[in-house]
Amino acid sequence: MKTLTALATLAALGAASAASAEIRIGATISETGPAAFLGDPEAKTLEMMVEKLNAAGGINGEQVELVLYDDGGDPNKARTFATRLVEDDEVVAIIGGTTTGATMSIIPVAEDAEVPFISLAGAIEIIDPVKDWVFKTPHTDRMACAKIFEDMKARGITRIGMISGTDGFGASMRKQCLEIAPEAGIEVIADESYGPTDADMTPQLTNIKNRAGVQAVLNAGFGQGPSVVTRNYQQLAVGLPLYQSHGVASKGFIDLAGSGAAEGVRLPGTALLVGDLLADDDPQKPVVAAYVAEYQAEYGEAPSTFGGYAHDAFAILTDAITRAGSADPEEIRDAIETTAGLAGTTGVVTMTPEDHLGFDLSAFRMLEIRDGGWTLVD
Amino acid sequence: MTTKRATLLILAAIVIVSPFFFPSNYYYRVGSLIFVNALAVTGIVILTGYAGQVSLGHAGFAGIGGYACALAPVHLGLHPGLAALFGAALSGGVAWLVGRPILRLRGYYLAVASLGLGILVAMVLANEAWLTRGPDGIEVPDLGLNDALEAIGIDIRNTQFWYFFSGLVMVVGAWIALNLHDSPTGRALRALHGSEIAARVVGIDVARLKLRAFVISAVYASLAGSLLALQNKFITPDVAGFMHSIEMVTMAVLGGAGSVLGAFLGAAILTTLPQVLTVFQEYEQILLGLVMMLVMIFMREGLLPSLARRVRGREK
Amino acid sequence: MSELMQFLMSGVTVGAVYALVALGFTIIYNASDVVNFAQGEFVMLGGMITTFAHLAGLPLPLAALIAIAATAAVGVALDKLAIEPARGAPVVSLIIITIGASIFIRGVAQLVFDKQLHRFPAFTGDAPIALLGATILPQSLWMLAGAIAVFIGLWAFFTRTLTGRAVLATSNNRLAAQLVGINVKWVMTLSFALSAAIGALAGVLATPVTNTSYDIGIALALKGFAAAMLGGMGNPKGALVGGILLGLIEALTAGYVSSVYKDAAAFVVILVVLFAMPQGLFGSKTTDRV
Repeated sequence: MKTLTALATLAALGAASAASAEIRIGATISETGPAAFLGDPEAKTLEMMVEKLNAAGGINGEQVELVLYDDGGDPNKARTFATRLVEDDEVVAIIGGTTTGATMSIIPVAEDAEVPFISLAGAIEIIDPVKDWVFKTPHTDRMACAKIFEDMKARGITRIGMISGTDGFGASMRKQCLEIAPEAGIEVIADESYGPTDADMTPQLTNIKNRAGVQAVLNAGFGQGPSVVTRNYQQLAVGLPLYQSHGVASKGFIDLAGSGAAEGVRLPGTALLVGDLLADDDPQKPVVAAYVAEYQAEYGEAPSTFGGYAHDAFAILTDAITRAGSADPEEIRDAIETTAGLAGTTGVVTMTPEDHLGFDLSAFRMLEIRDGGWTLVD
Repeated sequence: MTTKRATLLILAAIVIVSPFFFPSNYYYRVGSLIFVNALAVTGIVILTGYAGQVSLGHAGFAGIGGYACALAPVHLGLHPGLAALFGAALSGGVAWLVGRPILRLRGYYLAVASLGLGILVAMVLANEAWLTRGPDGIEVPDLGLNDALEAIGIDIRNTQFWYFFSGLVMVVGAWIALNLHDSPTGRALRALHGSEIAARVVGIDVARLKLRAFVISAVYASLAGSLLALQNKFITPDVAGFMHSIEMVTMAVLGGAGSVLGAFLGAAILTTLPQVLTVFQEYEQILLGLVMMLVMIFMREGLLPSLARRVRGREK
Repeated sequence: MSELMQFLMSGVTVGAVYALVALGFTIIYNASDVVNFAQGEFVMLGGMITTFAHLAGLPLPLAALIAIAATAAVGVALDKLAIEPARGAPVVSLIIITIGASIFIRGVAQLVFDKQLHRFPAFTGDAPIALLGATILPQSLWMLAGAIAVFIGLWAFFTRTLTGRAVLATSNNRLAAQLVGINVKWVMTLSFALSAAIGALAGVLATPVTNTSYDIGIALALKGFAAAMLGGMGNPKGALVGGILLGLIEALTAGYVSSVYKDAAAFVVILVVLFAMPQGLFGSKTTDRV
């Protein structure tokens, strides 16, 4: 009998050590290239969270290994790395696709190989129509437009001018905004654009300013452009409400534009930016506070909204693997689809087979820049 | 055995034998990317190696070829394969239109003009969203060849199919380039590379020859763009970007712009380098820049000719 | 009217940046016939080093001086370590070397600094100056003044000083220059140092308006190159006029035609110039040696 027990213990030990073999999670992110501004905090976030998770004992006792590649924002490279992740590294899930272009290139690989893929890019096409293996964490551009239009209507604004970047982010948001404007009761009567590296947007803003009837201006863009638009806006003394997109929702934007020029700018942002201002019973408050504190401690800077997208993707994935009790891609996929009430930095996520994003407009907060900091409008 | 036959045999052998050493399907993907790039770079060999002209905008033609495969099937009802040929014809036509006035001039002017042309193509692809769906890219229909193979009983994975298909196109491309090398046009081109004025003196129509080389190389780049689009089933304007143009020239010069085998070597090195360097991700750009500088400083003709000479020197 | 004025002001602001980049191209091109694709990286270094030195607590003027000196040193290193050893290589190889250098410098910059956008305060505040119904930022005037000052300096250098003439002589005929006792190596090193310093100055002047980050170099180099082509490669007057003209063309395109194709203007201009007058506005005709 004793020997039997000993054998059983040994077997159990063997099983345990087999089980602590690593769970491999793959990521392909634009750490360099034109989208490095987004990808850099995403990669840093993933590295930090994996380290923290492993230090805390991993998932279900198994350590997690992150295989992270930098696709430089090149969709062709993103596809190659995605192929490498599923074929060579044999990961159980992929996080990544910083840009919509990179995401769209990864999707066929993930679908073919039947590996769950959580995208960090904005476009609605990623999850609409719903694809079996594809999920995403950021708001869609359409939701950002809707949130902004909602706020405009509340202020009695119906006729606006738009100025958009010609990069993927700006072009996609412009398209979505123009599409939903009529049903939101907003008329876009001036439509200008600028190149992603432009240094001066006063000609475009002059045209918008001189268009009779414009009541507010919306800038769809991220990175360099919006800070220049904001400064030029002040230079020209346009004097109308200025809305920015969620693409600039970081402290860096205020510094870059100058707090004087940025004063009064409104934009839809995530809970991440206003952690301190959230109600105490807000389910996102502790999540956001913990993430901001850890990131700050690790890298000496405040995380951006984009880092938050990666945070949520990793949280959804670890939650799913924990609940599935298995690192089988198909079981992980099924578990992601039944994610319920998971508080992330971007929203409280509840996935269904019909909804691979998992939250609605209410996850967006309308923010206004006051005295060089964020305030909640509603 | 002639160099021509040897080159073709080596290339074909690489395509056929390498898969025996592939641990996973991912290697087929990298292989097919090498072949696609080598095809484009073979065009650069014709332009730069044979005719001594530099283009800094060949990615523009790859963009035209790629988007032809995305758009022509939808808007013109063409089969994706025919769309690739349509794109090649379009690229050749654009190259002819731009090259004709430019190539009458001597000096860098083609480099500058092609730079402008390439960027304009990328800009049109990104901005004409009504047609191209903008910077986020567009789906490309399936070529259907793999399904056809399956119908006759040859069942291989998609990545494997594209590996062999790209390999085949690359070898055919190399064969044409090598034939061109030995043709009267090729001989005249090389004469012109040596001394343009001397070539003019012996009665060679220099401008026309250079134009021919430019158009042919544009067709190569276009077909490479089509191959890439068809195997990715998705394409974005990045394919026409300036850095992609630079990459093509660098591959050619690195391997040895004068030789087709050198083109393959250059393509192979620069395609696999980012894959090998993933461990040193942060240093990737630094290393890439360093490799480019070192090869140009110490092996001016490119890796292959320099190495070949060294080997030959030792034999003597 | 005020509309047109605003477009012109915008054009001058942007044009001053292009002119400064184009002026940087001029010297190296004059000395060696090489189009230095790392010129944009010099501008980036000027802006980034100033930013980080300023963040570290140095006063802005000192930070700017350090940036310019450090970038000039990078220019010298580029010449000594990469261009000089490749002496005699065809120009294509030299161009590839400068492209390699630009990728290398970018790679180092993203490691040493970071990948975020940066800016430091304008020299004399952000209060716009009203002029004929339009406004311009004081920093734009600094940029314009910088471009003109560099132009005058270069013009005087090339026509009034022995060293400047030596640079031109080296470009015309290297061997002959050597024969008349010009130290060709030194001329090349000097050209790289000067070009890099001018590039860094452009970065210092422009960053308060344009922002800076490790990867701004390519876009700047391309536009500056277009400006230099428009004016006539190698001619300081051409670089200045070409830069401002390109800025104006872009601003007027954005204002009156379409902001989508504003960026295309530069490259359409390149093609038109090549078709119509390949030497640029102020370039001189060269003859070929057999």
